[in-house]
Amino acid sequence: MTLTVTRSRRAAHSAPSARWRSRKVQGWLYAAPTAVIVGVLFIAPLVLVVWMSLNRWPLLGPATFNAPANYVKIADNPLFVDAVLFTLKYTAITTVLLSGVALGLALLVQERRPGIAFFRTAFFLPGAVGFAAAGLLFYGMLNNDFGPIDPMLQSLGITSEPIKWIGTPNMALFSTITLVLWRFAGFNMLILLTGLQAIPTEVYEAARSDGANRWQIFTRITLPLLRPTLALMLILSVTGSLLAFDQFFVFTNGGPDNSTVSMVMVVYRDAFFRFDLGGAAALSVVLLVALVGLNTLMMRRLR
Amino acid sequence: MSRYLTLSALAVLFLFPLVWSGYASLEEPSNYLEMARFGEGIDTYAVNSVLVSAMTVGGTLIVSALGGYGFARFDFPGKNVLFLATLAILMVPYATILIPLYVLLGYLGLQNSLVGLSLVFVMFQLPFALFMMRNAFEAVPRELEEAALVDGCGTFRAFSRILLHAVRPALITVGLFAFLASWNDFFAPLILLNDGSSFTLPVAVVSMTQHTFGAIDYGMLQAGVMVMALPCLILFIVLQRHYVRGFMSGALRG
Repeated sequence: MTLTVTRSRRAAHSAPSARWRSRKVQGWLYAAPTAVIVGVLFIAPLVLVVWMSLNRWPLLGPATFNAPANYVKIADNPLFVDAVLFTLKYTAITTVLLSGVALGLALLVQERRPGIAFFRTAFFLPGAVGFAAAGLLFYGMLNNDFGPIDPMLQSLGITSEPIKWIGTPNMALFSTITLVLWRFAGFNMLILLTGLQAIPTEVYEAARSDGANRWQIFTRITLPLLRPTLALMLILSVTGSLLAFDQFFVFTNGGPDNSTVSMVMVVYRDAFFRFDLGGAAALSVVLLVALVGLNTLMMRRLR
Repeated sequence: MSRYLTLSALAVLFLFPLVWSGYASLEEPSNYLEMARFGEGIDTYAVNSVLVSAMTVGGTLIVSALGGYGFARFDFPGKNVLFLATLAILMVPYATILIPLYVLLGYLGLQNSLVGLSLVFVMFQLPFALFMMRNAFEAVPRELEEAALVDGCGTFRAFSRILLHAVRPALITVGLFAFLASWNDFFAPLILLNDGSSFTLPVAVVSMTQHTFGAIDYGMLQAGVMVMALPCLILFIVLQRHYVRGFMSGALRG
C-alpha cells in the first residue's frame, strides 16, 4: 500500500485533474481497511442474521429455508417469555439504582478539592475489572463458607446465619444488582461528571446571589442542564441491562431454577445447547429491532 | 469535613472487594501455583489473552489511524456513507450479531481462531477509535503536513513520519480502550472460541468454576481473578488521564 500511495502522489504533480483524482484514490486507500472491516464483520453479519432467522440452521449440517417457523416458535418458548419479563425487571431496578448512585457520587466529587482525585479513581477502579473477573470475585466474596461478608454481618449482629446470596430468586437478583452497581457506578459517575463540568459556574453564582438554596440549585439548575448527559447515561444503562449476559452467566449461571435467565442467555442456549442457530438468529433479530427502536425513541424523548 | 467522611466510607466500600480478592488469593501463595496448572496451564490462556489484546490494539490503531487520516484530510466518494456505517456499529447491540459472526468466521476459516476474535474486537472498537482519530487529525494544523509535502515526501511518508507523532495522545487513548475491552471481554471469546487450548483468560477461569466436580477452590479462583484484573488496574491507574479524555470526547460503548 505504501508503494501505491507514493506512486500516485508523484503522478499528482503533473496535471491538476490527475492530482484531484489521485487525492480521491488516496482517500479511498486510507479508508479501505475501515471499509473492509465494516463490510465483512458488520454489514455482512447483519444481513446474515436476517437470512439465518428465515432458515432451519443447525449447528452442523445444511440449512433449509423454513420461514417464518423460527419467529412463530418464539411465542411458544416459555423460557424466553420469562426471560423477557425478568430482564425488564432487572433493567428497571438497575437503571434507577445506578442513576441514583452515580449522580450522588458525581455530586460528591464534582468540585476540585485536595484529595478528590483519589476518590474519583477509587470509585472508578472496579470499572477497569472485567465482568468475568468481577463475577468470580463476588462469587467467592459472597460464598457462605469462604467469603468474608457473612462472618462480618454476623459479628456485627445484623444477621444470625449465613445468607443465601444466590440461593433464592430474589437474593440472586439483589446480589447481581449489587455486583453491577459496584462495577458500573464509577463509570456512570464519569459520564455525569463530564456533564456537570460543562455547566458554567456563572449560572451557579447568579443563582446563589439570587438567594437560591442548595436544593433549589440542584432541582432548577443542575438537573435541567444535566438532561442531555442523563439521557446518554440512561440509554447506555438501559441498553446494557437489556443485553445483560456475563453477570448472570458467570455469577448466578441463570439459577436458581432459571429465575435469572436473561434474554441474551436464551439466545446463547438456543444456539449452543439446543444447536438451533436459526432460532437464536430469530431471537437476535427481534432483540435488535426492539433495541434500535427503543434507542431511537429514547433519544427523541430525552434530548 | 463530613463530605470527606462520606467519601472515605464509600471508597472503602468500592475498594474492599479488590483488596479482599488480593488478600484471599495470597492467603496461601500456593493458590497461584495450583491455578497455573489448571487445564492447559494458565500460561497458555495468558499467552492467548496477550496475543488477542496485542492484535486488537495493533489492528485498531492501524485501521483507525489510516481511516482517521483519510476521513480528516481527503474527500472521496462514499465517505459519508462509510462514516455513518461505522458509527452504526454503536446502534446495533453487540450480542445480537455474535451468532452470525460465529457462522461467518466459519466461512472465512477463522472459527476458533485468535485472529478471527481479534478482528471482531477491532470491529467493535472501530466507531470510537475512528471518531477519536478523525478528530485528532483534524486538530493537527495543515501547515505541518504541507511543509512535509513541499519537501517532496508523499502523503504516506508525511502521515507515518510526522502526523502520527502529532496524534500520539489519541493513539494512547484508543489503544487503552482497545486493550481493556479485548482483555476483559467474555461473551465474544465464549462464542467464537470452542477449543480449550485457544481460550482466553476470562473463559478459561470461568470454566474453572463451571466444570469443577466437587469442591471449588475459592482461593485459587481469586488468584485467577487477580491475574485477570491486575494488568487492567495498573494500566488504568497509569493512563487514567487518557481514559478520562476519551470519555470527554463523548463517544463510548457501555
